[in-house]
Amino acid sequence: MNAVLEVTDIKKNFGGISAVGGVSFDVREGEILGLIGPNGCGKSTLFNCILGQLTPSGGEVRLDGRVVTGLRPSELNRLGVSRTFQLLQVFPKLSVRENLILAGQEHQGNMASRLVGRSDAGLTDAASQMIGFFKLDHLADEPAGGLSYGQQKLLDAAMAFMGGPRLVLLDEPAGGVNPSMLADLKDRLVAINREKNATFVVIEHNMEFVMSLCSRVMVMAEGKVLAMGRPDEVRKNPAVIDAYLGH
Amino acid sequence: MSGFARPLKIALGLAVIAGLIIVPMNFNRYGLFILSQWAVMSIAAMGLNLTLGYAGQVSLAQGAFVGIGAYAAAIMTTHGWPLPAAIVVAIVLSFAVGWVLGYPALRVQHHYLAFVTLAFSTLAFLVFRNESWLTGGIYGISNIPRPHVFGLATNKPLPFYYVCLASLAIVSLAMWWLIRSPWGRAFMALRENPLRAQSLGIDTRRYTLMAFAIGSALGGVAGALYAPLTQYIDPVPFNLSLSLDLLMMVIVGGAGFYFGPFLGAMIAVLLPEWLRFTEGYYLMLYAVAVMLLLIWSPTGILGILDRYLAERRTKAASALRAVAKSRLETAQ
Repeated sequence: MNAVLEVTDIKKNFGGISAVGGVSFDVREGEILGLIGPNGCGKSTLFNCILGQLTPSGGEVRLDGRVVTGLRPSELNRLGVSRTFQLLQVFPKLSVRENLILAGQEHQGNMASRLVGRSDAGLTDAASQMIGFFKLDHLADEPAGGLSYGQQKLLDAAMAFMGGPRLVLLDEPAGGVNPSMLADLKDRLVAINREKNATFVVIEHNMEFVMSLCSRVMVMAEGKVLAMGRPDEVRKNPAVIDAYLGH
Repeated sequence: MSGFARPLKIALGLAVIAGLIIVPMNFNRYGLFILSQWAVMSIAAMGLNLTLGYAGQVSLAQGAFVGIGAYAAAIMTTHGWPLPAAIVVAIVLSFAVGWVLGYPALRVQHHYLAFVTLAFSTLAFLVFRNESWLTGGIYGISNIPRPHVFGLATNKPLPFYYVCLASLAIVSLAMWWLIRSPWGRAFMALRENPLRAQSLGIDTRRYTLMAFAIGSALGGVAGALYAPLTQYIDPVPFNLSLSLDLLMMVIVGGAGFYFGPFLGAMIAVLLPEWLRFTEGYYLMLYAVAVMLLLIWSPTGILGILDRYLAERRTKAASALRAVAKSRLETAQ
């Protein structure tokens, strides 16, 4: 299988502290890769280095074989790399529908057509579909700030998919989401993964969620890769149990 | 301003427009001057409202762009160029300078950005005052002609007021379009959460520069109308206090609200005139009124209306829910 994302020896230092100390891995087309590890092990920093939000101190990121290290987040997004955030990052004053249109508009046309063209950038239908897909119909025209935490998490995930991304990096999508809504979210992610052939990397602490969703799991500890493999292999790995899962 | 029925909104809008056209026909020279000034300042404040209110970039330099536009128009029209050509030059010049001034905003924000723009404002004032070969220095430029529109002279106050009003109408329509377009949405995203905006493919650099450039260009348009309005300009009206006045108009009216600049400019231009009977106290009363307003509603006058409408919507929604709930209970 082709690698969508190839990360080679990524390093990130903050002053004298090494947050990520040389991480290499591949993400294969169509897979869902889990990324787990104790708090402060460098998962989010690694995400931010891949996404161009931080400049890595060393190493290389390739997307479909093309070097993308040093590109800005907006450029990476337009190349098909999308993300969700650990903390809520929706636009509270805009309605759910407007949030989704905003999330897709930069993937339509160019600067000029976005100025003189249609106000919704032709995305009203796509936004409605996404709203239906994530079961947010009754909230479509509410300001996003008025939604519950779990609903905003769903919206945050939906926004990541509006541009039709090839690769989505999800930072703790399950955090603070109640069990029934979590089942919905998982169901939606699996459906998008299968139907749209989108590739995911998921940071998560909810082991049940990770183990049932992901085809492979990568474990990080102290800025390095501790283990990589199928969920059942990783779960039995003594080093992983020692560093993270506990006895 | 959702919450009002659409026909009511249209009727209200038409009434205001008709009022602005008909009522001033009876105004004296001074009244027309004040009203023209309101139209011109509304244009400049609308530009700042784009930069600050929608895109969230603090600027203390809008007055300098009014100056750039005014000097461009004054220099060109006193050398025989028609005003429309001068307006085009004012737009291009302030757009370009505004674009360049946007670069610091890519690195610094908030108070720091305010200081950078403040420095620019001072620099522009020094150029107006010291480069006498171009600007006439402290003696300024006098005998600025007013334009002929479709062969009609606009030397008299009423025709020139209509020139200002028509310009305001054109700028308002363009701004309405811009705010509703994907650009408007991207500007708001820039203000609300630049990090998230970037991750959605929004080129925050380009939109930041555009917010500065377009906002500044409207300052230039206002200036190009201000010069023929007063028919004499010197550097003093374009010093830092004009930038601060424009900032106050935007904030008092309601930053990030479409109609904020119109209201803000009305208060800033008209209130001092209405308070003139209090003689020496008018500035003090004016200052106290503005302070009280901002304590009561930090989001400006339209912020009050917005809160009221939001409350009414919430009440209506909970009433609907209560009805639905009681129906469910009866059904069971």
